[in-house]
Amino acid sequence: MHLARVVGTVVASRKDAGLLGMKLLVIQPLRADRSPQGRPLVAVDSVGCGVSEEVFYVRGREASFPFLPAEVPADAAIVGIVDPRDAG
Amino acid sequence: MILGRVVGTVVATRKDERLMGAKLLVVRAVDPHGKDEASHMVAVDTVDAGLKDRVLVVTGSSARMASGLKDTPVDAAIVGVVDSVEVKD
Repeated sequence: MHLARVVGTVVASRKDAGLLGMKLLVIQPLRADRSPQGRPLVAVDSVGCGVSEEVFYVRGREASFPFLPAEVPADAAIVGIVDPRDAG
Repeated sequence: MILGRVVGTVVATRKDERLMGAKLLVVRAVDPHGKDEASHMVAVDTVDAGLKDRVLVVTGSSARMASGLKDTPVDAAIVGVVDSVEVKD
């Protein structure tokens, strides 16, 4: 699993039936020090997170597992929200 | 998933029999602001996307979860036509 920050939302009316009702979010992967790493990607949300939250996500075939037995064609899924912490 | 833009079509008469009838499109990756990125890929279209459409592409083994692609030799599928992307800077 990887850390990321939610940076945006995607709206797509015409989509695969397996994605109906799914929330699509743009996420920016982060390093451990919270600096951006690599390119942003689109992930489905399985935990009800929002823009600017820090999350962790899974990639690959496992991204569809949170929605079993539904077969969701997703290769990235947000599976947890990182609890806010004090800077100090 | 990644965002992309449909930039072309692929015609291949001789292909794996599980790909018969599949619509193959050339997709260029774009960033959330719509700016072109370097990579291109060939993806199977499952949502009737057209040239220049901004699309959502699922890659890897998850592409086979798209409708009609079960047990097909596919690693990239277009699963959505994007209406809008909103990014907080």
